[in-house]
Amino acid sequence: MDVVWEWFQWLNSEHGIKLTIFYDEWDRNRFFGGIWTTIHLSLVCMALSIVIGMGGAWLQMSKFIWIRRIVQGYIQFFRNTPPLVQLYFFYFAVDSALASVTGIEGGVFSSYGWAVISLSFFAGAFNVEIFRAGIESVPKSMVEAADSLGFTSFQVFCYVTMPLAYRVCLPALNNNLINLIKTTTVAYAIAVPETLYISNQIWSDEYNVPEMMNVVWGVYIILVGILVAIMHRWEKSIRVPGFGN
Amino acid sequence: MKLYQKPKTPTDLPVLKPFVVSGSKTWSMETFGTITADRRILVAFAIFLIAWLSVDVVYAQIQSDTNQSAFATLIKWTPLMLLGPPGELGGFVLNIVVSFIAMALGTFLGLWLGLGQISLNPIIRRSSWAITQLFRNSPWLVLLFYIMLLMPFRVTIAGVDFDIPGWWKAAFALSLPIMANISEIVRGAIASIPTGQWESAESLAFSRTQTIWQIILPQCVKRMLPPWMNWYCILTMSTPLVSILGVSDGMSLTQDALAAESRSEFLIPMYLWLMSWFFIYSYPIAKLTRRLEHRFAVNE
Amino acid sequence: MSTTTAWSPDQPIVSIKDVYKSFGELEVLKGINIDVMKGEVICIIGPSGSGKSTLIRCINALNNINSGSIKVKGMEVNNLELDKLELRKEVGMVFQQYNLFPHKTALENIMMAPLKVLNQPIKEVEEKARQLIERVNLVGKESSYPGELSGGQQQRVAIARSLAMNPEVMLFDEVTAALDPETVNEVLLAIKDLAQKGMTCILVTHEMGFAREIADHIYFTDRGVIVEHGPPATFFTEAKDPRTQEFLSQIL
Repeated sequence: MDVVWEWFQWLNSEHGIKLTIFYDEWDRNRFFGGIWTTIHLSLVCMALSIVIGMGGAWLQMSKFIWIRRIVQGYIQFFRNTPPLVQLYFFYFAVDSALASVTGIEGGVFSSYGWAVISLSFFAGAFNVEIFRAGIESVPKSMVEAADSLGFTSFQVFCYVTMPLAYRVCLPALNNNLINLIKTTTVAYAIAVPETLYISNQIWSDEYNVPEMMNVVWGVYIILVGILVAIMHRWEKSIRVPGFGN
Repeated sequence: MKLYQKPKTPTDLPVLKPFVVSGSKTWSMETFGTITADRRILVAFAIFLIAWLSVDVVYAQIQSDTNQSAFATLIKWTPLMLLGPPGELGGFVLNIVVSFIAMALGTFLGLWLGLGQISLNPIIRRSSWAITQLFRNSPWLVLLFYIMLLMPFRVTIAGVDFDIPGWWKAAFALSLPIMANISEIVRGAIASIPTGQWESAESLAFSRTQTIWQIILPQCVKRMLPPWMNWYCILTMSTPLVSILGVSDGMSLTQDALAAESRSEFLIPMYLWLMSWFFIYSYPIAKLTRRLEHRFAVNE
Repeated sequence: MSTTTAWSPDQPIVSIKDVYKSFGELEVLKGINIDVMKGEVICIIGPSGSGKSTLIRCINALNNINSGSIKVKGMEVNNLELDKLELRKEVGMVFQQYNLFPHKTALENIMMAPLKVLNQPIKEVEEKARQLIERVNLVGKESSYPGELSGGQQQRVAIARSLAMNPEVMLFDEVTAALDPETVNEVLLAIKDLAQKGMTCILVTHEMGFAREIADHIYFTDRGVIVEHGPPATFFTEAKDPRTQEFLSQIL
C-alpha cells in the first residue's frame, strides 16, 4: 500500500498535484472516515425513510379523515419546502425549542442525528406517494380473490398486495434512494463530518482545492454509480413477466 | 399550427369533493414529485401556520422582556429576507431569479443534449449519454462548490473587466443537473413516440432533421411538460443551497436576521415564515402540474 | 454499380430479383422475383409470417435486403449510396396503423410533405390537398384532427397524404386489417378508384374478394418464397400447388 501512497507523493513533487489524502495519514484517515459517514448516513436514512413511507402509506388508507389529512399535510410540507431549510429548521429551531422544553443542555440530538431525522422525513414524504401508487396498482380483483380464499386483511397486505406493489414501486423507489445519497451533501451545512465537509476542511488546510474538488466529485459519481448498478440488478431479478411493465 | 387539441369538456377542479387522495393514472418515475391535493390543504396549512405563529407570539411575549413580539420581528425583517439588502439583488427574490435562469439555461442545454442522445453519430450519442449520466449522478451541492470555487470571478473580454456575480455562477452550476435531467426527459419522450410516426415520415421523404423538428418534437412537448414543471419545483427547492456558498439569498439573509436578533424564540417563526414563502410559490405549481398530467393522459 | 439506370415505360417499374432477407438467424425472404409494369395492380397474399410485409417494406427501403436487387423506376434500392429521399418521392406507402401525425389536421397532414419536402408553393399544395380530400370522399373533414376521425377515415387521409407526393408506385401494407368490417369498404373503394385511374399499386392484403376484383396479378407467398402466381381469373380457380389450395380453402 505504501507504494501507492508514495506514488501520490511523487505526483505532488513532480507535477504539483497535491493529493494529501493519499500520502498523509491524518488526512487519509479523516477523508475515508468522511466517505464512511456519507455511506452510513445514506443507509440509515434509506432504511428510516422506507419505514416512514410504508407507515404513511398504511395510514393513508385509514378510515379516519383526520389521520389522512395529517399525513397529507406532512407530505405537502416536506415536498414544497427546501430540504436545506428543513434541516436548519430541525437543527436550530426545533432543537433549541426541544432543549428549552426538556431542559437538556446543548441540544437534544447531535448534528448527525438531526440530519438523519430531517433527511428521512424528507425522503419519506416522497416514499409515501410511491408506496401508495404501488398499492393502488394492484388490481382489486386480486385482493378480492385473496379475501375469498379466507386471508385476513393483514395477510392480504403481506402476501398479495406488497409483493406485487413493490415491483411497481421499485424503479421510483430506487430513484429516490439514489437521490438520497446526493442529498446527504446538504448535511454539510450543519457540520456533519461527511465527505464534502471533511474535504472542505482538508482543502482549507492544504490549499489543494482543485484536486480535492475533483476527487470529491469522483467519489460521489462512484458511490452513486455503484448504487445504480445494484439497483438495476435488483430490478432485473424481481421482474415478473406480464406485470408492471 | 396547433400542437394539441383543446379538451372537449372543461376539466373538473376537485374543489368541493370530499377529501380523498385519488390515485395517479399516469404514474411514472417523474411524477413522484407531484401529488393530487385539495385546496383545503392550503387552507389547513395556513391555519396551522397562523396557529403556530400565534402560539409562538404568546410564548415569546411571556418569555421576553422587550416589547417586540415574534410577529413584529417577522414584519421587520421581511423586506430584507424577501428583497435583499438595499440596492442589491438578494433574498427570496434572488432564489426565484436564480431558479428562472437555471431552468432556462438548463432546458436549452438539455434539449440539445437529449437530441444528442438519439443522434446517429456514435461519438455524439455516447458523449451525450456520458455527460447526461455524469451530471445526473452528481450531488447538486458538489456541483455548486465546483463551479463557484473553480470558475473565475472576473473575466476580461476585449480589454474590459467583468465581475461575475456569485449568483450568476450559482445559477449556471444549478443549470447543469437540470440540463442532464431535461436531457433524459427529452430522450424518454422521443422514445415514447410510436415508430410508425418515424416510418410514415420516412416514407414521405422527410429527412431525419425534418422528422425530428416537425413531427416528433411537437408531439413530445405535451408529454414533457409535467416532468419539466416537476423539475422546476425541485430546482426552486434547491436554490437555498447557494446560501452555503455565500450568496445573499433568502436563506442566508434569514440567518443573518436571526443572528442580529439572537433570540431563540424567533427561530421557529422565522424559519416557518421563510418556508411558507417557498410553500406558497411551489404548491400551486405542483398542483397545476398534476392537473396537466391528468388532462394530457385523458386526451391521449 | 450505379444507383440509377435509365428507365423506359416498356420496362417493369418495380423489378424485384432474387431477393434474400434475414433478420439475424431467421431467413424471411428466400429468393423473391416479381416484375411490376406501370399501371399494374399486384396483390400479395399468404399466411402470416410468410414475409409479405417485409417484402413490401424492402421496396421502400424501410428494411434492407441481404442480397438481390430491387429496382424502382431504374433506382437500385439495394445500393447503399442511393438517395432514399429520391426513392421515397416516387414510392408512396400506406401502413396498417395509418400513422397520421396526430398534432396536425387532416388537411395539414396531406399538405405537410409537398410543402416541406418538395418545397412547393402553398397555394398549389392546398388546392391539390383539397382535391385529394374530395377524391377519397372526405369533404368536410379537412380541419379534423386524426383523433376525431374513424379508422376508415384516417386510412383514407393516409392514402391522400401519400398521393400528395405524386408517386409512381403506391404500396399498401394490409391497410384494412386494423379496421372494422363496416369501414373496410370505404377504404377499398378509394384504392379501387386509384387503381382504375392507372396508378401502379402493390397491395399486401387479406381481402380476397377485393384482390380478385382489381388485381392484374396475384402472388402467393409462403415461408419466404413465392409459391404460385397468376392472373385472378386462373389463380383462384386453378391453383396448382397444394399449399396454395390449402390456403385458399381456409379463407374462401
